[in-house]
Amino acid sequence: MTTASLGAASLGSISGRRRRADRAARTFALLATLIALVPLVLIVYYLIAKGAGALSWSFFTTDPTGRFLGDPGGIRSAIVGSLVIVSLATVIAVPIGVGVALWLVEYGRDSRMANIVRYVIDVMSGVPSIVFGLFIYTTLVLAGGSAGGFSGLKGSIALALLMLPVVTRSSEVALNLVPGHLREAALALGAPRWRVIARVVLPTAAAGLLTGTLLAIARAAGETAPLLFTAFGVKAMTWNPGEQMNALPLQIFQDVSQAQDRLVTRAWGAALTLVAMVLVLNLVARFVQRRSRLA
Amino acid sequence: MSDPRTDHVVKDTPPVTTPQRGQADGPAEEARTGAAPGVSAGLRTFVAAATVQADVERAAPAVTLAGLNAYYGENRAVKNVDFCFDANQVTAMIGPSGCGKSTLVRCINRMHEEIVGARAEGEVLLGDVDVYDSDIDVTAVRRVIGMVFQKQNPFPTMSIYGNVAAGLRLTGTKGVDLDERVESSLRGAGLWDEVKDRLDSPGIGLSGGQQQRLCIARTIANKPDVILMDEPCSALDPIATQRIEDLIDDLKRRFTIVLVTHNMQQAARVADTTVFMLAGELVEWGPTGKIFSNPDDQRTEQYVTGQFG
Repeated sequence: MTTASLGAASLGSISGRRRRADRAARTFALLATLIALVPLVLIVYYLIAKGAGALSWSFFTTDPTGRFLGDPGGIRSAIVGSLVIVSLATVIAVPIGVGVALWLVEYGRDSRMANIVRYVIDVMSGVPSIVFGLFIYTTLVLAGGSAGGFSGLKGSIALALLMLPVVTRSSEVALNLVPGHLREAALALGAPRWRVIARVVLPTAAAGLLTGTLLAIARAAGETAPLLFTAFGVKAMTWNPGEQMNALPLQIFQDVSQAQDRLVTRAWGAALTLVAMVLVLNLVARFVQRRSRLA
Repeated sequence: MSDPRTDHVVKDTPPVTTPQRGQADGPAEEARTGAAPGVSAGLRTFVAAATVQADVERAAPAVTLAGLNAYYGENRAVKNVDFCFDANQVTAMIGPSGCGKSTLVRCINRMHEEIVGARAEGEVLLGDVDVYDSDIDVTAVRRVIGMVFQKQNPFPTMSIYGNVAAGLRLTGTKGVDLDERVESSLRGAGLWDEVKDRLDSPGIGLSGGQQQRLCIARTIANKPDVILMDEPCSALDPIATQRIEDLIDDLKRRFTIVLVTHNMQQAARVADTTVFMLAGELVEWGPTGKIFSNPDDQRTEQYVTGQFG
């Protein structure tokens, strides 16, 4: 390792002090990584250790019964409720979010209005999820007459509000990745701007838009607070979002506070199910991202 | 799209020949004097007689700039330019970087105004129709004045076929036999034999030179009158460049061509007329041979002999 024979003073060997500093910094970085991994590993371990035992065919095919004695039932209504509520929220949030992002990228650009919109979206993404629940509770659930009351749809709206900034911001990034020279090429062919967007910009950004959407869905699927006072959480199974609905986070929230081991076990099983569902979505998002040329 | 004039542009109207001008001095002269009967007849109505020059297959209009100024915000990049790009000829624009030659060319098909804060003043006449006239639909202008860019830019989500058909699909042009148009355009761009067996594969799977010819095919599929080429070979190797230059020579039989280039040898090889531009102004123009061998202006002399760049 000695380079002194080269005769150049600047090529001298590494000093002991630098070597020690290097080793210390590396050790610190490695330790930080390990510490960050500990809770992750523990969560997955506990989920599997405590939740796997609850899983069975009937766990997925029966509804929670609510009986204190006897069979407590499975989580079918919660799975169905989560699917319906999150799907509806996606249907609401994605067109609006992508629309806002399109406006920001294609029309608003660096205008004052566009920067105000970006700022509002940033503020919105910092709002705690329970506030969205409270907002829908106040405006839609407490509304008088037949329009009032709890329903799965109102839970969807609360989740959609939560998803909106995530979808908008990630879509904006995806749309900005579409090279300007492609828009230019399409415009120079005589295409009207809306056709440039519909047939060049959106198809080119499709993979990135899908990834952002899936991440927003993953985030919304685990939310409890916006659903507590909107969808409410009943045990009965329904596909109708006009009625009160169960959802996985709500089921977990109720079960885990019970004094019965069987119910707590059901909560772990439901949590494992929820994490598995979100994990599958994330894997899909990654797969799509890897196949995309842009994202 | 309710304007009948702009609708007129979309259709492939057969050339209207004006017999009384059949024996004029040449296509350039035709372009300057040949006023079609009234603006209302549309951008395409100006057609010179195809018999004038033996190797002209399809007569295209000239492009005349009158008092053209182009701005980026407060900065004036093109200064009071008057010029006529002759019909069915290749006109090369040369000049150092930042002299405004690309900006000038982008004013012709109104792409300049797509840049935030950019605007143009003055007239750009296609035949005798001002493309900046307030009644003219900008999308119609761009269909009739095609453009090939410096960096080859096929649409990454589209196949070879889709890229060539993109102009027609993106403009909503109906009643065209797409298969036939794609084939004739690819043949016109000298690419057909190389890609005819893989029309469904992605356009960006081609080599750089092939991609640029694909972009040329995409442009001519719209059947424009004028093709603007903004340094079309600057990203290509010498062999691919040679092919594009041969192609340009062939294309001028059907189109009026404006070629921006950094490469003076290229201008010397393909251009009929060469324009030297400096700091937003046209310094000198004339037959290519004269510009490169015996220019009048000292600045032109210095530039073409490589004393500044």
